[in-house]
Amino acid sequence: MIVTEGSPRELIARYSTILVALVFTALCGMAFSAPLVAFAAAQEAAVQEKEGAAFAAVTLGTMAVTSVFEQLELLLPRVSKPVQYVGGELNATVKDWDSATVRWVLMYPDAYEVGLPNQGIMILYEVLNEQPDVLAERTYAVWPDLEMLMREHGVPQFTVDSHRPVGAFDLLGVSFATELGYTNLLTALDLAGIPLPANARTDDHPVVIAGGHAAFNPEPIADFIDAAVLGDGEEVVLEITGAVRDWKAHGCPGGRQELLGALAEIDGVYLPGCYDVSYLPDGRIAEVVRNNERAPQRVAKRTTMDLDEWPYPKQPLVPIAESVHERMSVEIFRGCTRGCRFCQAGMITRPVRERSAQGIGEMVERGLAASGFSEVGLLSLSSADHSEIREITKGLADRYEGSGTGLSLPSTRVDAFNIDLANEISRNGRRSGLTFAPEGGSERIRRVINKMVSEEDLIRTVSTAFGAGWRQVILFFMYGAPTETDDDVLQIARMAHRVIRAGREASGSKDIRCTISIGAFVPKPHTPFQWAAQEHPDVVDQRLRKLRVEINSDRRIGRNVGMRYHDGKPSLIEGLLSRGDRRVGRVIERVWRDGGRFDGWSEYFRYDRWVAACAAELTREGVSLEWFTTRERGREEVLPWDHLDSGLDRDWLWDDWQDALAGREQDDCRWTPCFDCGVCPSMGTDIQVGPSHSGPINSGPSGGQQLLPLSPVGPGNVR
Amino acid sequence: MSPNPSAAPVCKVRLRYAKRGKLRFTSHRDVARAFERALRRAGLPMAYSQGYSPHPKISWVGAATTGAASEAEYAEIQLVEHVDPRVVRAELDAALPDGLAVLEGVLAGPGGLAERIEASAWRIEVRGLDDEQLRQAAHMLLATPKLLVERVTKDGRRSLDARAAIISLEVENCQTVLPAPDQFSRCGILMAVVRQGSPAVRPDDVLSALGAVAGLPSSVLVKAIRTAQGRLDDDGGLVDPLAADRAFARTALAPDAWAQSDDGSGQHDVAGHTG
Repeated sequence: MIVTEGSPRELIARYSTILVALVFTALCGMAFSAPLVAFAAAQEAAVQEKEGAAFAAVTLGTMAVTSVFEQLELLLPRVSKPVQYVGGELNATVKDWDSATVRWVLMYPDAYEVGLPNQGIMILYEVLNEQPDVLAERTYAVWPDLEMLMREHGVPQFTVDSHRPVGAFDLLGVSFATELGYTNLLTALDLAGIPLPANARTDDHPVVIAGGHAAFNPEPIADFIDAAVLGDGEEVVLEITGAVRDWKAHGCPGGRQELLGALAEIDGVYLPGCYDVSYLPDGRIAEVVRNNERAPQRVAKRTTMDLDEWPYPKQPLVPIAESVHERMSVEIFRGCTRGCRFCQAGMITRPVRERSAQGIGEMVERGLAASGFSEVGLLSLSSADHSEIREITKGLADRYEGSGTGLSLPSTRVDAFNIDLANEISRNGRRSGLTFAPEGGSERIRRVINKMVSEEDLIRTVSTAFGAGWRQVILFFMYGAPTETDDDVLQIARMAHRVIRAGREASGSKDIRCTISIGAFVPKPHTPFQWAAQEHPDVVDQRLRKLRVEINSDRRIGRNVGMRYHDGKPSLIEGLLSRGDRRVGRVIERVWRDGGRFDGWSEYFRYDRWVAACAAELTREGVSLEWFTTRERGREEVLPWDHLDSGLDRDWLWDDWQDALAGREQDDCRWTPCFDCGVCPSMGTDIQVGPSHSGPINSGPSGGQQLLPLSPVGPGNVR
Repeated sequence: MSPNPSAAPVCKVRLRYAKRGKLRFTSHRDVARAFERALRRAGLPMAYSQGYSPHPKISWVGAATTGAASEAEYAEIQLVEHVDPRVVRAELDAALPDGLAVLEGVLAGPGGLAERIEASAWRIEVRGLDDEQLRQAAHMLLATPKLLVERVTKDGRRSLDARAAIISLEVENCQTVLPAPDQFSRCGILMAVVRQGSPAVRPDDVLSALGAVAGLPSSVLVKAIRTAQGRLDDDGGLVDPLAADRAFARTALAPDAWAQSDDGSGQHDVAGHTG
């Protein structure tokens, strides 16, 4: 259950901590990445300039890099929401260009309003800028109205911090929370003057590195990135920085190729160019063979242990512009052990690592003082599962009583919820709708996906909530899961009707609402469903129509039930990009050249464009959109990401897939014994849960442990 | 029980603030949000609205349009404790991002702030036209009794009389050296006093009117800065809207007038402030 509102996109943006893909440019301190301006016109001159610069670089070091804001300023009055391009966020860092040895630009490949609150970018931005000789700035996707003007007037992709051209940096790290951002990567590269094919880049271009959850199968963008980072980014970005620093200190021996080789030796860094993929006559992958001895046979993900040692962001970025999350966020744990089989985030971020209650309290205290936010979000994949969540929420609610500071738990579950917790959360702030995610309408399908929430628990919980004054509940469901039938989906209507009846009884009012929000299941790499056939949009869209009829079958109840959903077409394309291999890269480029931008936004997404591009690029390979999406894979098939190691044992995943088909559920290793998913032994990690034991323990009235004692905060005393 | 009860406000402070540089691209909502957060960071004892979604009590007067800079924006905040308006100014100014600056804070005297604002003075830097072209166009516009311009708003196209709102319109030479060797290297500066109405006639409406009346080539509005707001005096000048509050604080109350409330309740905490 979730105690805040939020669209799926918001949820993704909120929690895609971790990993950022990086792209480097302008290696060895050269900043010629000539402003893409006049790119075509002055190509010859640019070549000469680059040659001259390459020569001069050894002796002169860096060239001046200037802001493009003066050019941009003329365009801003003509675009919508210009404030998103001007930067000026509180706690943004602007450093002197020449003071830095290694220069990063971090990109979130979506609109500023979605990208700015991203925790992954914020963490890495601060970690990097804390290094005295490192500079990190940010860039976001520009909307098509500005893109058009930038092309017309020769303004390159820029950072929002100092409005420096992206092409001038050493490294470009791009964090992909969703695969639908791939076309926006191409726009940014092109506007930055960086060649799309990685193998066409020279020493003058940034090294482009992908990160984030989508980087666990970066094969569809393998042609466009120099590297991908698997897993948590805090430590590996510093190691990458170190490699660039050393390489530069030695005069950039061997140029770009030598630097890439050095990166390949860093744990968790995957260079697609170090591996060759061959295919069988039937279209399946024959094998993936390493072609460079410096790269490992398999690349294993990085895991940051002890979150208390990484209390980032310490100084959260506070935008001037409106963003999707207007709150101060603290990641209270990373990883999840619930084992929902559809959930890639839960699988690839194992094991669970909790931040201590004290660590959370300190981050909240410092972050609120530094930001002025009036709401605190306790982030994780399932926030009510923190072993000390009651003490934490009560402690925070007590501390901020009367200060107008609200609390929110973005992701919580029905069974971990109790009404005391909900009351603590709403005590100082707003009481919005309660949100729960049963995911499946029938007990059977919930066993298949391993979302072990019982309907009785749900009804009991919502009854308590309605009795305590809530008037609205939002239920999240998924459709199209493996083995799903019409009946599984129609059960959603029955559940919604029960919620309304229980709510009326508990509240004594007819005026209550239940909104059901339904999203399509997309099979993801590194999950037990990585072998599954995705359901075709025609089938699932038909099911949704039947569900609507079923909900309205009883008008007296149906009128209190709202239904939000998207059709299955964007999800099919997401499925293509999630489980695609390197052949899909040409589809992405064709879509982009045909105008594809912002594919995660329904007003920009065009299904026909993707279908046509698939037909044009995949047919000659003997594969198709359907081949990549609605086809079930066999156990022996080489999957495009098999050489990337998320820690999960492939045999365990297969067994869990078979258990799913048989409707057998799996336990949670936070509370029950290890079931050998493989992560901890292969990664040398272990789960980290409370109780917190650093410092003196004060027994509070609740009997639990309190946050570090702090002076009460109220009006006039927030500092 | 009403959630989140707030202490009652005991004083109002009126602020003049500026919106500069890159932050001229902020909308009014952006500015309001930045103020709310800065007030929290500054730890000022704000009065809050009650309910599940409490907000600090701030009143805004006629905010400048997105894209326009201003040296004369006004707001009024309510506090639950007496604080020297000069301290409010300094602390809030320090907490605001670069580009938003609080220029003055005064204790509110009698009378409303909104009624003291009737017109705006604008400095509009125009590129693509030189000062001579602008001067001729201004002359023609002032000689016209009425000139309708169209603007696209959320509610569709609206037509408004730009001429009627213009009190005065003068042209100055542009001193800026412009780097762009193109049609935008020409430049002129308009100084306009414009009466506020609904919908307000904005700097780009003034430019549209000039273009329409003089058949000018398409120009680009580079920068508009609101330099003052206030009531019109007999000479077409503007009266500082905070002047009355300043005078009230100086004359009507004790030397430590800043510590007084304006509600006549007499519950002043003046201990330690002996003037």
